[in-house]
Amino acid sequence: MKREIELEVNGDRYQRAVEPRMLLSDFIRHELRLTGTHVGCEHGVCGACTVLFDGEPVRSCVMLAVQADGHSVRTVESLAQGGQLNRLQRAFNECHGLQCGFCTPGFLMTLQPVVDEGKQLSDDEIRDAISGNICRCTGYQQIVEAVSQALAEPQEDERAGTA
Amino acid sequence: MKPPLFDYEAPSTVEDAARLLAEGGEDAKLLAGGQSLIPLLNLRFAAPSLLIDLNGVDGLGQIRAEDGQLRLGALVRHSTVAGDPLVADRHPLLSEAMGYVAHPQIRNRGTIGGTTAHADPAAEVPVVLLMSDARVVARSTRGRREIGVDDLFVSIFTTSLEPDEIISEVIIPDRAVEPGTAVGSSFQEFARRHGDYAIGGAAAIVHLGPDGVCRSARVGLLGAGMRPEESRAAAAVLESGTFSERAAREAAAVATTDISPLGNVHGDPDYRREVIREMTFRAVMTAADKAKARIA
Repeated sequence: MKREIELEVNGDRYQRAVEPRMLLSDFIRHELRLTGTHVGCEHGVCGACTVLFDGEPVRSCVMLAVQADGHSVRTVESLAQGGQLNRLQRAFNECHGLQCGFCTPGFLMTLQPVVDEGKQLSDDEIRDAISGNICRCTGYQQIVEAVSQALAEPQEDERAGTA
Repeated sequence: MKPPLFDYEAPSTVEDAARLLAEGGEDAKLLAGGQSLIPLLNLRFAAPSLLIDLNGVDGLGQIRAEDGQLRLGALVRHSTVAGDPLVADRHPLLSEAMGYVAHPQIRNRGTIGGTTAHADPAAEVPVVLLMSDARVVARSTRGRREIGVDDLFVSIFTTSLEPDEIISEVIIPDRAVEPGTAVGSSFQEFARRHGDYAIGGAAAIVHLGPDGVCRSARVGLLGAGMRPEESRAAAAVLESGTFSERAAREAAAVATTDISPLGNVHGDPDYRREVIREMTFRAVMTAADKAKARIA
């Protein structure tokens, strides 16, 4: 039986009736048509579907949409403002932190809170932060460089979804 | 894949959750962090008739220190345990182990009650709880009881919980350390990718006196068999005298002589036994070094 849920996604409120078995990842993609969130392994290993749930990175393929009732979700669509890539996205672009791009939304949503926190991280700490995301193209080196560059840039007011 | 059909309830009290679980029968399942259960649903290894979501239940999310013990609500997330100063102060082995529990995204959802009830022999938390003489509080419509984790872990993914019981709390007693002596602990794990399912791992707690004599020791093994394992024989080797590298080597050998790790594509049982032996050696050595540093 479908259940009514109400949640905030990228600053907008949504009300929907969903089946309890609907995954949060499918809800985001199929119900809200926010297809920036990608679905890779669908059992919590690859990290492609990472979104922010109440501000913290989680894998949306191992959460149910009904569990998001009353909560807030941020997806990759919230990062660019007015068609302008944010600092983290720009760094991925400039450092060649992506090739096919399939894993990129998951990396970005994992890393946005890290960039927001603004703490300088060593390469090892960056690798630890992205340990839950798989990329089959880059070999990770350019992703680590992109994060370093994003962390080195001066802070701007571009926190996920505050605009 | 997608989960099979199920009914869903989200109670707000432990009493309501217990009632739903009792009424739901054996096919009803509790949902905590969901980081093991939902993958099992997605892969259709599990098909519960009813999911009872504990995430909205009041009062299961706190960590409290009282009467010489630490009480962790079942819904405390791994990321909270990892950053909690009370845990770091009283049970540094648990804090250290948290760094090996999957990846940041999983630690933001996974819970201490969930991983305990899941009883995976290769998981980090159950082994640490076993080595810490922890107990769980089990609640049901029939009442409340405490179960020591040694009695709780029966076999792979199998506990002694009755089908209508809910783990509401995990209780870890403080460790007694006389003045002049010191305890060190260490967690060691080998995996293909940090945070992935361990090929093998071990943890050690070593209590040394000022004379370098080992007062007591605990040695835990990950992925060594059908349940979280502790080696009393290895501890006895260490407790037989002054701590030395040779004793650590012998303890690691004794700990892994009779274990039966399951083989998989990443390692056959013999290889995994070797890995666990080396991890045991490193854990014992590192734990002893930390204890020595505290005495010095």
